Amino acid sequence: MFTRVQMLGAAAALAVSAGDVAQADVLFWSTQARPAEEAQAMRDNVLDGFDGEVDFQPNEDGPWLTRLRAEIESGTGTIDVLGSLHGNFSAMNPDNLVDLGDMGVMAASETFNDLGRLGTDTLQYIPWMQATYLMAANREALQYLPEGADIDALSYDELIAWTANVEEATGEAKFGFPAGPDGLKHRFFQGYLYPSYTNGVVRTFASDAAVTAWEAFRELWEHTNPASTNYAFMQEQLLSGDAWIVFDHSSRLAQAFNERPDDFVAFPAPAGPEGRGFMPVLAGLAIPETAPDQDEAKALIEYLMKPEIQIETLRATGFFPVVNVEFPDDLPPSVQAAGAAISAMSGAPDANPGLLPAGLGEMGGDFNRVYVDTFERIILGGQDIRTVLDDQKGRLAEIMQETGAPCWAPDAPSDGACPVE
Amino acid sequence: MSPRLLPYALILPVTLFLCVFFLYPFILVSQQAFGSADGWSLEHFRDVVSYWKFPISMQNTLLLAAAVVPVQLALSLLMATMVTRMQKGRDLVLYVWTIPLGISDLAAGIIWLAIFEQSGFLNSMMVGIGAIDSPMPFLSYQNPGIIFLAIALAEIWRATAIMLVILVAGIGLIPKEYYEAAEVFGASPWQRFLRVTLPLLRPSLQTALILRVVLAFEVFAVVVALGGSQFPVLMSEIYAYQFDLQNSGAAAALALIVLAISIVFTLVILRALRVPKGATI
Repeated sequence: MFTRVQMLGAAAALAVSAGDVAQADVLFWSTQARPAEEAQAMRDNVLDGFDGEVDFQPNEDGPWLTRLRAEIESGTGTIDVLGSLHGNFSAMNPDNLVDLGDMGVMAASETFNDLGRLGTDTLQYIPWMQATYLMAANREALQYLPEGADIDALSYDELIAWTANVEEATGEAKFGFPAGPDGLKHRFFQGYLYPSYTNGVVRTFASDAAVTAWEAFRELWEHTNPASTNYAFMQEQLLSGDAWIVFDHSSRLAQAFNERPDDFVAFPAPAGPEGRGFMPVLAGLAIPETAPDQDEAKALIEYLMKPEIQIETLRATGFFPVVNVEFPDDLPPSVQAAGAAISAMSGAPDANPGLLPAGLGEMGGDFNRVYVDTFERIILGGQDIRTVLDDQKGRLAEIMQETGAPCWAPDAPSDGACPVE
Repeated sequence: MSPRLLPYALILPVTLFLCVFFLYPFILVSQQAFGSADGWSLEHFRDVVSYWKFPISMQNTLLLAAAVVPVQLALSLLMATMVTRMQKGRDLVLYVWTIPLGISDLAAGIIWLAIFEQSGFLNSMMVGIGAIDSPMPFLSYQNPGIIFLAIALAEIWRATAIMLVILVAGIGLIPKEYYEAAEVFGASPWQRFLRVTLPLLRPSLQTALILRVVLAFEVFAVVVALGGSQFPVLMSEIYAYQFDLQNSGAAAALALIVLAISIVFTLVILRALRVPKGATI
């Protein structure tokens, strides 16, 4: 009996000391920098200079959200700092996040800061880093570029012609599109196809221009590798050679450039009748109300916003700084390639930058589903474009009405909920 | 302790475990499924059932179960009979056959993806022997049949062993005397299998089938790895509701629908393979 008591005592002591250690570390709970090498670079190169111990824990969205929700619901937490994408934060109730407006750090772009306010008066998350979606191609594909086409100023028609040429020459459809369950296809429709063809996302969802857009995409799909419905990270298909011309998130292409920098080129997204639509990816930092050590958490956020640390973060994750920095010359190949393509895209005379969906709250997923369903029905299911658009339009209008989200660029501003016209 | 109370005392831990980890979560999930802003409602169920992918995912799940389970049943019966006849190396063969059981289903999906992919093993092999000129994308939206076949194959490879181990144990319990008697009366091996093994294997078949059918309705990772967005099943829809749409109510409602289907099939199997009262081995 005596021994059992002793053991219990020892276990209790262990539990207490483990608790102490956990408190000393700032728990940085992130959905970003998930791949092992990125996470390690975050720990070794980004966070090691912080004055204090940081426990960097990257996770899939599901577990990330589940633990955060559990902590918020129970009212006591262990997470100090949250790192995630705009979409995850906008799905949260701003009351569960500490107001960060008085911290004195923010992004250089007022647009980003406005997104970080989540519709309130003050910053709910601090914009942390940014990326965007790009096109990339195997150099072998360049010889099939249609005559007169400039790879830095392609149109959708030229892209389709290019992919057709490649298919004719090689006998294989080699355009790659991330249409798998984890692929970011919805962002292509929301930030690229729709803005380029209709100069809108919500208002123009079922317009005649949208029909044209889907007809063009259907044409592009004919030259798309039919295994695309399994693709999620296009760097894999670039490296394996299954796809020669691809569209994806810059950080989902990075590995291809870093492994074989001489084999691939990055270039801007194509342009449609309404310009060259593109969309940023924004990650932010926030502190949940339940954070055990809010002062330390704020110190960590301030640290991460320093220009030199933002550069280190860029090296570690491939996400670009949101504050003004001077870029050094020795950046990884993926960063150099993406940086050049991004500046060609945003500096193009026909650039038509869009914004991330905002104001949708927890309906963000439902909003994406409208676009994914439209794609699956029109392209995979072969249904009539007009019928599908008219059908899905109702669901989209419901979501906009329910959330009351006003229009965002490139849609024209609205009073109240963004209308589907 | 009195012998009358002993059995109850012995099942107490399991009962407590089930209450805490099954009954209690089940109540919470039901609350989520039937709850809404204004009291109880069937709103989540309506949402889930009226979604255009619901009939497709239901059909896919049932079709997959209908294709996979009978094959697995036949295979595991065959394998179990073979194993029991073996004089030497029986354990070794059993271990090898049950290796897939130890592999997580996502890993199994990825293994089979590595086989069927455009740059996968099957393609490089076929190119290597000159059967095709260039690698073909097998798992493409144009060949839903091949996707179905690949998923079924992966499932059969992965989960036949769970039936096998149950059936091997069951066959081991059948007394040798029955076979000897059958042989004396001149029954062929096939007749012995039909008239002795199968009927006496009923309780094990019941367990194996229930386990396997219920698991078949929960198929997820293999399907997602191989089918991509081309083969929605009920479980992948639950995942989408919970994590993509962050709609726990709808996810819970769909989970209850899967539970209901599982219960119905369990009852059917229990009824169909019931052991008559008083009949024991």
